[in-house]
Amino acid sequence: MAMENEKKPCLSGRGVTKIFGAGKQETVAVDHVDFDFNEGEIVSIVGESGSGKTTLSKMLLGLISVTEGQVLYQGQPRDIGTNAKKKEYWKNIQPIFQDPFSSYNIFYKIDSVLLDCLNMRGCKNLPYEQKVEMMTEACSFVNLKFAELTNKYPFELSGGQMQRLMIARIFLLKPKILMADEPTSMIDACSRATILDMLLKLRDEINMTVIFITHDIGLAYYISDKVYIMEHGRFVESGPAEDVIINPKDAYTRRLISDVPKIYEKWDLDTVLNK
Amino acid sequence: MKNTIKQVFHSGKFLVGFIIFFIIFLTCIFYPLIVRTDPLAMVGNGNFFAPGTYISQEEAATEEPYSLNVDASSAKLQAALSVDDLSAMQQWLIKYGGVKESDIDVTDAQKMAELWQAHYDSTVAQPGLIAAKKKYYVRLDKKITAALKDSGVIIADKDADTGALTESKTIKETDFINTGDISNKRTFILGTDNFGRDVLTELISATVSSLKIGFIAGLIATAIGLFLGLLAGYLGGFPDNLIMFITNLFTVIPSFVILILISYSVGNSARGIMMVALIIGLTSWPWTTRSVRSQVISLRNRDHVNLSKLSGHSMMRIIFTDILPYIASYVVMAMILQISSGILSEAQLSMIGLGPATTKTATLGLMMNWAMQYSAHLNGSWWAYFPVVIMIALISFSLNLMNTGLDQVFNPQLRD
Amino acid sequence: MGKTMLEISHLKTKYITRFHEDVYAVDDVSLKIEEGKSLGIAGESGCGKSTLALSLMGYYFAPLHYISGDIIVDGVKISDMKPEQVRHKILGNEIAYIPQAAMNALNPTQKIISFIEDVMHAHGIKMTKKEIYDMARERFAELGLPEEVLQKHAVELSGGMKQRTVIAISTILSPKVLIADEPSSALDVTSQKMVIRMMRELMEKGYIKSMIFITHELPLLYNVTDDIMVMYAGQMVEKGTAKEMVFDPVHPYSKGLMGSIIVPESGVRERKLTAIPGTPPNLKNPPKGCRFAERCPYATPTCSAMAIDEKVFDDDRMYRCLMSVRKIREAYGNGDGE
Repeated sequence: MAMENEKKPCLSGRGVTKIFGAGKQETVAVDHVDFDFNEGEIVSIVGESGSGKTTLSKMLLGLISVTEGQVLYQGQPRDIGTNAKKKEYWKNIQPIFQDPFSSYNIFYKIDSVLLDCLNMRGCKNLPYEQKVEMMTEACSFVNLKFAELTNKYPFELSGGQMQRLMIARIFLLKPKILMADEPTSMIDACSRATILDMLLKLRDEINMTVIFITHDIGLAYYISDKVYIMEHGRFVESGPAEDVIINPKDAYTRRLISDVPKIYEKWDLDTVLNK
Repeated sequence: MKNTIKQVFHSGKFLVGFIIFFIIFLTCIFYPLIVRTDPLAMVGNGNFFAPGTYISQEEAATEEPYSLNVDASSAKLQAALSVDDLSAMQQWLIKYGGVKESDIDVTDAQKMAELWQAHYDSTVAQPGLIAAKKKYYVRLDKKITAALKDSGVIIADKDADTGALTESKTIKETDFINTGDISNKRTFILGTDNFGRDVLTELISATVSSLKIGFIAGLIATAIGLFLGLLAGYLGGFPDNLIMFITNLFTVIPSFVILILISYSVGNSARGIMMVALIIGLTSWPWTTRSVRSQVISLRNRDHVNLSKLSGHSMMRIIFTDILPYIASYVVMAMILQISSGILSEAQLSMIGLGPATTKTATLGLMMNWAMQYSAHLNGSWWAYFPVVIMIALISFSLNLMNTGLDQVFNPQLRD
Repeated sequence: MGKTMLEISHLKTKYITRFHEDVYAVDDVSLKIEEGKSLGIAGESGCGKSTLALSLMGYYFAPLHYISGDIIVDGVKISDMKPEQVRHKILGNEIAYIPQAAMNALNPTQKIISFIEDVMHAHGIKMTKKEIYDMARERFAELGLPEEVLQKHAVELSGGMKQRTVIAISTILSPKVLIADEPSSALDVTSQKMVIRMMRELMEKGYIKSMIFITHELPLLYNVTDDIMVMYAGQMVEKGTAKEMVFDPVHPYSKGLMGSIIVPESGVRERKLTAIPGTPPNLKNPPKGCRFAERCPYATPTCSAMAIDEKVFDDDRMYRCLMSVRKIREAYGNGDGE
């Protein structure tokens, strides 16, 4: 905190914990984690499946309650006690989920997704032409043509197009924080670059904080300013991406990085941990 | 939507089920329009008349006859002598009549009868024949003699004053009448029941009432199940625990027992068709609740629901736009099964005498109950219960077939 | 040059959908694997790489249908055989196949050793239980799997261990070709590495004579196989050694694919990732000409007008593009210079 005086923390956590179940079936999904995500930064949370990264993201989104600890939004304790306050909070934080195919309600045309965003921003009573103009702008931001998409159902789009439309949604909402939960893992490599580029562009354009949740350490290294490595509900290492990935200090981080196939260096298959 | 319906009708199973159900449904609508008699009118005096066409005997007797060169006696003989009789005759003739086996043709009743009359004599010593058998042969002889007699029936007029009979007409063996000339006749395709009511007409009206009961019961059960399932699944936590507690309570106690208890306590006089439907509906919802709940729970954590929440939508809106459409097909399938089980429940209840206590309308279950009480199954009056069984089986078969077909369309994993 | 283990030439297969439409998933693919070699097949989802795996086993069951082409396994032509015959004679002892979810195929009520006994019996190998056990124990030890695994049920094993066990079971008869379709994609990186190491050992110790490895993860392929073949819309677009393919791709599509590789190594952050706009063509009615033409930055009208054949260059590399290799390299040179 002291080192980064010039950057304002946008979302912070102090001892954030999530425990599922009670008694004998108690499982600690997230175990007393502290973090500061600064404004305009791209922060990656890297962990294997079961590390608790998705649980943490749901807590930060306010979809599930925090068992213990505190989440601070712009330095103030987050208050989402009532529905109205939740609605207010959700104007500032929005997600992109992993699976674009399950992110849409397949019974409604995709226009309704974008119109919802406009309603949320208080543009409900604008004339329809103006709404179309705004939606067209959002679509062109993600290289889609609104005229081609309007009146279509989600299943008529490809996975890449759906995920881009999710970004268009974020562009319309302009939240302070974007929670991107593995946004490229279901997308082909060729379309992945497009999505990543758009996220970067979005950050530059509206100074958004992007929380990027992934299991792909290479992807985290490529896109983020700061990296948090998560193991069994705890952050084992964090810091600027260059430091953490290139010179990992923690044993778990080192193992994680050594286990990912390399291209430029030799990938040493003998350092396998026999588990 | 259009595509889904197209797919549904592409499923062979659904189509077969739908066609069977639709034919039953159409019959229920159009039959009463064509046959306008009261389905519960007691036509027959006496119970269980076999299926067939009944013509007025009086009219047949007074009708001007046609003379046909048909050897009526051979037909009469054929009807009078069973295969057993013929072989018994053959045995006697060989053993005691001294006829060669090669001269006997068992298949020709006429020749057999002639042979019999030529050789049979009850006074002949019949060694090795028990008394009962001897009597049987005497009876057989009388039967043959009666069948071969061609006398005709005499119709006489009674003198109003003296009471003396004067022959007015003789109906000869060769006299026939055209059934088309008879104006007083009635066809009972499925015979009559114990009250003398036309089974077919009764069956159709019973099917209508049973479908009504099934449909209302299914609707009630599905509505309650859907409401509680949605509530429990979506809210989770305490409401879920409470609803599931009640549901489990209903599941643990066999619903049929509850059904019997409620039906009994409601009392005979209050138990109409609507009441029975209500009772069945009110006891069969737990199953729907459980399955709707589990569907909703798996949907609740889907990304599109989360996204809808984050877009600030209210709970009602999320349930109606983001959850209900996804489980709609499932609910329709559940309702089809509920209708089918409602019809079966009514039949079961009525069988044990707790069905609709009504004399105004029949239900499939009541028809079974009446048939059973009047021992139709013991005296061989199959027409009183068998068509009902077939009807119940057809309805539930077609509904289940439709359900399986829908299942295959909506759960592609089940497709072969 | 080693003995040819598997050779397919001009293989064409199709799917017939429920609505009786033909989907040409594998269209005119030829490849050859020699003893001791491994081939990687890469491509986007839906490019036909998994279908190719099923097709080259000769395992045709609806909705997959054979159209034309030859499949020769170690000198035996299996493309004429009936699927049932293929299953009895070829699968298991000639070709072993490991799909992505192979580890979920283990019957939870059976012990691992009984699967091995089943494999033996199914192939008519007469061995006592003791002999089978000894052989399995030896093989497992060689592959670094603990002996206790043999006596366990599938549910007692972790995902990675299960997948390695399945691979060990499927290769117990030392097949000539191992076809692995995304064998490690569902696993975490550590288990993935162990699966990869085990497959290397299988090759090195001669338990399998050749291998086809299918995945969409290029860095993995680069580290596992000798050669890489890139598929696009049911066709092969380029083939070469792993090194050549990753660092010197020729076809515009493989160029784009290789340009989208991300690894956690220094210098990667500064690189700009390649993005290919558009979506692959629908295989129900594939384009007449080059299938990539619609998305290709170098496409000319001729590209979509005529079918493009495979061309050989640098002795053993192949590609499928209208342009000459020199012209393509020039174009790339200009692009980098901008």
